[in-house]
Amino acid sequence: MKTWFVLGFKSLRHRSFVNSLTVFSIALSVFLLLVIERVRHSTETGFTQTISQTDLIVGARTSGLNLILYSVFNIGQATNNISYETYEELKKNPSLEWTIPYSLGDGHRGFRVVATSEDFFKHYHYRGQEQVEFKEGQAFQNLFDVVVGAEVAKELKYTLEQKIVIAHGVTTGESFSNHDDKPFTIKGVLKPTGTPLDRAVYISLEAMEALHIDWQSGAAPTPEKRIKAEDIKPEDVRPKTITAFFLRTKNRIETLRLQREINNYPEEALTAVIPGVVLSELWRSLNYIEFALKSISWLVMLVGLGGLLSTLLTSLNERRREMSILRALGASPLHILGLLTIESALISSLGVICGVLFTYLSFAIISPILKSSLGFILETGFMQKTELIYLLLILVFGTLIGLIPAFKAMRTSLKDGLILKN
Amino acid sequence: MSFIEVKGLKFRYPLRTNETLNIPSFEVREKEKIFLFGPSGSGKTTFLEILAGVLVPQSGDVFLRGENIAAMSEKQRDAFRGRNIGFIFQNFNLIPYLNVRENIELGRHLQGRESDSVLLKKLTAKLGLTSFLEQSVSTLSTGQGQRVAAARAFYLQPSLILADEPTSSLDYDHRERFIQLLFSLSQDLGTTVIFVSHDRSLEKLFDRSVALMDLNQVSPVDDRDLEVEV
Repeated sequence: MKTWFVLGFKSLRHRSFVNSLTVFSIALSVFLLLVIERVRHSTETGFTQTISQTDLIVGARTSGLNLILYSVFNIGQATNNISYETYEELKKNPSLEWTIPYSLGDGHRGFRVVATSEDFFKHYHYRGQEQVEFKEGQAFQNLFDVVVGAEVAKELKYTLEQKIVIAHGVTTGESFSNHDDKPFTIKGVLKPTGTPLDRAVYISLEAMEALHIDWQSGAAPTPEKRIKAEDIKPEDVRPKTITAFFLRTKNRIETLRLQREINNYPEEALTAVIPGVVLSELWRSLNYIEFALKSISWLVMLVGLGGLLSTLLTSLNERRREMSILRALGASPLHILGLLTIESALISSLGVICGVLFTYLSFAIISPILKSSLGFILETGFMQKTELIYLLLILVFGTLIGLIPAFKAMRTSLKDGLILKN
Repeated sequence: MSFIEVKGLKFRYPLRTNETLNIPSFEVREKEKIFLFGPSGSGKTTFLEILAGVLVPQSGDVFLRGENIAAMSEKQRDAFRGRNIGFIFQNFNLIPYLNVRENIELGRHLQGRESDSVLLKKLTAKLGLTSFLEQSVSTLSTGQGQRVAAARAFYLQPSLILADEPTSSLDYDHRERFIQLLFSLSQDLGTTVIFVSHDRSLEKLFDRSVALMDLNQVSPVDDRDLEVEV
């Protein structure tokens, strides 16, 4: 067996240029397959863990999907609000570890405005243990302080201490109805997270009340009814409603009981959902994206293996003499079959090894750049079971593909006999 | 008992109407050195391939050391060939990506036989290859290449050497010297030699000279051999 491996290896080395190209082509296919698989997996993880360590999201009575879309992804509108009293009542539940209130409804140049409390900066988690961090500045201290997400700051070129104006309602761009009498000062810029957090502007719940203190039935105040920012007293801006709140229990076992309790809350119609469950369902409903990415990966692999087959078949004619010599020296047709199969297995193995090395090298370079610029966490850890299965399949198919030229060579070597004299 | 005994051999290539060989009888004694000659297209190579068990005749028997190669299965023929027959080709047919030592040892390794360092040393010394052992075969001269081919054939310790025009690329002096070396090695190892050539100036060096036209009852026109040999 060792002789055949040595022979196969030296034979490959003899045609190193052509074989290097084949190895490169397989390595490239493996690289693309692994990159697509990693991006797909990282996207899935990023998506399903857009929010983590939150056991329940509570909002006014609506579907679970809608609640997740407007509270986590800033998509769509809340059907109703929850009264602040209900929130405070539920917050008293001894099984709760923390809560984060969320009030939505306003925007800023196409970005959502999220009114929340300082608990957001303390407790909001995403992608497992990741927490909201400041790139610069700090959380809001004063009523008209604002914190902006990484993408907002990048896109609008915002810096600390810059004044911005919040628009009334959610708009896709500039608004005609602005709270320009109550400008905010940027006090903090968040680090990129690769989640919808990057595309939002954060103010306090009291600031949200202050913005609308002089608004009545959704209409802007007339100049004479307008209340100036400096005239607003703290007791005037106590929140009356919120859109949703996130909560974490002290003991996970409590979650289902608490969910049932909130869904049956007698004072107000509420919906409580487990975010992980809804996010996984949502991802599954987008499985055509996953299918498309996987199909591309396998097509790429097919091209690589096609290249291997083509190289082996092309070199076969040049190697008829070699096969005849081996036959004359006592090699059986099965030996010829074995030799060519070993060669294709060696090419595939080298291709896979180079592809894996190339992938990890690229990950080491690209991953920090992706994280700092887009907040996208590319998983760079050891290979997943699926990836190992893919690589194993490539090796198996790569080796099996070698059987096609090997059978051809076996038959040719019998037909040629020892006649190849020149 | 003859070392080689051919009886009623008839061979025709598939899809051909005419036979290439029809040899009623042919015998070779053990350790005999046969000079086999004939014009191009007379079926010399086909005859060698039948003796080597690469081709199988449609009828007749080919006994080598009492074993009928024509009646063996393909697997048995492969094994038999590996154990008993050494080839020396016209163009040496060395494996280009192996060095001199690896080329010589290849046959034994393919057959799963152990290396024999004593025999290797003896052969390479006799053939003047000791200093070239680790050299790539692509750097050898024609004469050196031919000697490596001879060493490879004898290293298998075969009972029969089939040499198919191995001296055609050498000048007369080198041809004679090479044949003397061949005889010396076959003497040492007790090997029978069938040497094919159309250069009849060499026949005097052999124990017996055989014209294939005299053995073969088919007229020497075979387009398969012509295709290859022309």
